[in-house]
Amino acid sequence: MSLDKATVRRIATLARLDVPDSDLEPLANELSSIMGWIEQLQEVDTTSVAPMTGGTDMKLVWRVDEVTDGGKPDDVLANATDSQGAFFTVPKVVE
Amino acid sequence: MSLTSFTIAEARTKLRAKEFSAVELTEAYLAAMEQGAGLNAFITTTPEIARERAKAADARLKSGSTAALEGIPLGIKDLFCTEGVLTTAASHILDGFKPRYESTVTAKLRDAGSVMLGKLNLDEFAMGSATITSFYGPTKNPWKARNSNADLVPGGSSGGSAASVAGGLALGATGTDTGGSIRQPAAFAGIVGVKPTYGRCSRWGVVAFASSLDQAGPMTRTVRDSAIMLGVMCGHDPKDSTSANRAVPDFEAALARGVKGLRIGIPKEYRPDGLNAEVSALWDQGMQWLKDAGATPVEISLPHTKYALPTYYIVAPAEASSNLARYDGVRFGLRVPGQSLDEMYSKTRAAGFGAEVKRRVLIGTYVLSAGYYDAYYLKAQKVRALIAKDFDDAFEKVDAILTPTAPSAAFAIGERMDDPVAMYLNDVFTVPASLAGIPGASVPAGLTSTGLPLGLQVLTKRWDEETMFAVCQVLEDAAQFKRLV
Amino acid sequence: MAYTLKGETGDWEVVIGLEVHAQVVSKSKLFSGASAEFGAEPNTHVSLVDAGMPGMLPVLNAHAVEQAVKSGLGMKAKINRRSVFARKNYFYADMPQGYQISQYDQPIVGEGTIVLDMPDGSTRSIGVERLHLEQDAGKSIHDLHPSKTFIDLNRSGVPLMEIVSKPDLRSPEEAGLYLKKLRSILRYLGTCDGNMEEGSMRCDANVSVRPVGSTELRTRCEIKNVNSVRFVMMAIEHEARRHIEVWESGGKVDQETRLYDPNRDETRSMRSKEMAHDYRYFPDPDLLPLELDEAFIAKIQAGLPELPDDKQQRFMRDYGLSAYDADVLVSERENALYFEDVAKGRDAKIAANWVISNLFGVLNKQGLAIADSPVSAKDLGALLDLLADNTLSGRMAKDVFEAMVETGKTPGVIVEERGLKQVTDTGAIEAAIDQVIASAPDKVAEYRGGKDKLIGWFTGQVMRATQGAASPGVVNDLLKKKLAP
Repeated sequence: MSLDKATVRRIATLARLDVPDSDLEPLANELSSIMGWIEQLQEVDTTSVAPMTGGTDMKLVWRVDEVTDGGKPDDVLANATDSQGAFFTVPKVVE
Repeated sequence: MSLTSFTIAEARTKLRAKEFSAVELTEAYLAAMEQGAGLNAFITTTPEIARERAKAADARLKSGSTAALEGIPLGIKDLFCTEGVLTTAASHILDGFKPRYESTVTAKLRDAGSVMLGKLNLDEFAMGSATITSFYGPTKNPWKARNSNADLVPGGSSGGSAASVAGGLALGATGTDTGGSIRQPAAFAGIVGVKPTYGRCSRWGVVAFASSLDQAGPMTRTVRDSAIMLGVMCGHDPKDSTSANRAVPDFEAALARGVKGLRIGIPKEYRPDGLNAEVSALWDQGMQWLKDAGATPVEISLPHTKYALPTYYIVAPAEASSNLARYDGVRFGLRVPGQSLDEMYSKTRAAGFGAEVKRRVLIGTYVLSAGYYDAYYLKAQKVRALIAKDFDDAFEKVDAILTPTAPSAAFAIGERMDDPVAMYLNDVFTVPASLAGIPGASVPAGLTSTGLPLGLQVLTKRWDEETMFAVCQVLEDAAQFKRLV
Repeated sequence: MAYTLKGETGDWEVVIGLEVHAQVVSKSKLFSGASAEFGAEPNTHVSLVDAGMPGMLPVLNAHAVEQAVKSGLGMKAKINRRSVFARKNYFYADMPQGYQISQYDQPIVGEGTIVLDMPDGSTRSIGVERLHLEQDAGKSIHDLHPSKTFIDLNRSGVPLMEIVSKPDLRSPEEAGLYLKKLRSILRYLGTCDGNMEEGSMRCDANVSVRPVGSTELRTRCEIKNVNSVRFVMMAIEHEARRHIEVWESGGKVDQETRLYDPNRDETRSMRSKEMAHDYRYFPDPDLLPLELDEAFIAKIQAGLPELPDDKQQRFMRDYGLSAYDADVLVSERENALYFEDVAKGRDAKIAANWVISNLFGVLNKQGLAIADSPVSAKDLGALLDLLADNTLSGRMAKDVFEAMVETGKTPGVIVEERGLKQVTDTGAIEAAIDQVIASAPDKVAEYRGGKDKLIGWFTGQVMRATQGAASPGVVNDLLKKKLAP
């Protein structure tokens, strides 16, 4: 499986990673070589095998519906690089 | 004999007997840390916290405390969030991040009386096998090959943990293991490393790499020390939906069980053509030790072993690509300004993540993307199920499995950097157990001809860490491995 | 008559599917213990989980699961014994984790049905495709700063049910009825408060058109986040007309997301701000599959209240109401309760009439909910009793009702205060009639000459003379007798 530059550009955009044009080619080669190595999985017969979706066979546990958290905006905002008052901020989003 | 040369078990006895105080022990370690700073094992040292906790431990010891780790100085892998203390995951993107919370595992260690010395170096976001992808620079292995002065890698991703424990800068350390990140560095640094069953240790407050694989575990000088530490680290946590609600066994008590009558599986797939002869020989030696102690070797087959690495390199990057989406410059860490929201995101993440992290995020994004999900991610989950079944089948016939921990001893910093796949092959023996969620431990068992440590890996079925510890103890006793410290 | 839109080339049919996001009534969030209440100070109803801090993990709210199952049972839908939470990956400013935890190919609730009562007395069954649980995003505020968008995460993680209809709806009216019915069912169940203004119920409409007689499904557009029933209906009609224009002019409708602007009554494309989405859904490795057992579902089933459809049937059967009246009365559970209080032991049809025509008229005019009604069910019942025992005429009863609305007094008090008692004493009425007859000999002659309609004029005169206190029935009977030639 080989990835072309356009594919690398597309997934980099999806992953919000700024990749300079000059890096596209080497990245495409690198990722292609990794994907090429991964390709050997296709030879495994997985007919009627149920996928293993997590790391364990336990059952999902539930929490009682009670308010046990929140009310600590200082903790929530403590590490924000640019908070204003009680808000986080981002560059203006035009809707 | 220096204070830093005791094991946890020894220090525990001596602290309780007031042969020395926790403050004295801690000061000895703080001094050793300064002396060993060249290893670059720590990202952050926390001497003030250490002294304060040591003092408090002494007070409790005075009033007869028998808490499991009272006064024991530990290093914490910098993937565990620690309240008020810089937590970086060895990434530029977490610049300045001081969590307002303490991970469950480190809270348990703190509550058991241990003393935090600092935060240990690792591969960025635990992605790596050599601790060379850290934003804070590589960690050096305290071991050197005979007749060479080359700096060697300590393995990874828990390389800071391995180096600090092996080099006498910490009495024990936490590690995390996603595909071998505890066991492989333990082998490279000649110490014991234990990855428990997935679900034993809470993942709450541990920076996530691959959620279905990540497990915390101890890295120590002896098997007994790991049993002591793991006993504290694990237990049910209602804040982690994948944490097991089961009683924590007395791991230390299991050490004395011996291996008499146990069937030990030797998987033929772990001896590929071209396996390093010294590694292969040590493996045979390990089996002989177990045989001498009354165990029976059984040749077994784990037929999907060769597919474990490619499976892992789909599952782990896929989960990581999603887990790392929260590093966006808004609520914590690095932020690179941009004209638009997307520009800010893209610039921040490009500047904040290193090359290996980017590579895995891109791979993960790719294998989950429309049109490829079935061929890669779903396929990998199915193969993962087959790998887990291989182990289930094997454990019908055997009580434990013995393998080498890694295909080689530690290599020089700078080696194997140009080919990601060659680097990934380091984890060939550790990844299958991670995928299956079963426990695994590495015990130092011998040296190469150039004098570098090699480890043997013991695997057991889910929740059977006790048998794993019993086997490890027999190996340790037989190997008489000479530690650096 | 099926709803069609006329185009230049012929008649077109509209195909509509609705996706409703209904906020689950719960105390806390779907995956954290922070309050789910609306309207708090910014970032106060936020846990570190909701803020997507490193190492934070989701734990499922049991009540949200119950609410989803309850809602599914209320729509007679299939409850899936096993469902899976999946991550929907995309970056947005108010989505801190970089993914939304939702359900994808394995939702908690499968196919169900919602029955609509059409104004012509017929019914339409609309298929429900699925209901799944997911978390809400936070809120972006754009008008507090010239160059920045502010983020409040109070809503981040609030539990939502996404309820997806099949493309069974064929007119804006049906879409409106569907929304009202769905809202009614959820409110009966207490699983969503249905408050569209506060955003606890939001609707996306998928609209396409096709020539009448065709069974093809043409390209659909999704109109996002419409926040009232009326706007949904307007948006659909507008969008359908736009499609017809595009098709008829030889163009092609692009599949896209659009935004409805009620002020201009138009939709516009949101594609400009939208990067090509690829949500890369995969099972959330922090959460295990959700498994429900029969007992859990049976218990919820047993606790279901009487739902609008059943109540309507019962009102028709037990009270002899028309389907329409019964439908009006049951749409809100509180209204139905009120009606039943009024109807108890009285003529149910008269009670229904008074509740629907008079009481609902007043409530609509004043914009009040039944809970805030100025007239209690008990007082309205007492008024009907006065009407039944002929104490009050219909006309007087209406006056008393108005006074009750204004003053909040009981009908007894008002009757007492105003001396309003229907005169049924024939003597007094006869005297009034005699006076009227004597004062208008010409009219009497005309009546007797065959102008029957004048009886109304005479009745009016007598009623005026008695200040409305006379029983119109009695007046009429006596007049006819006295005017007889």
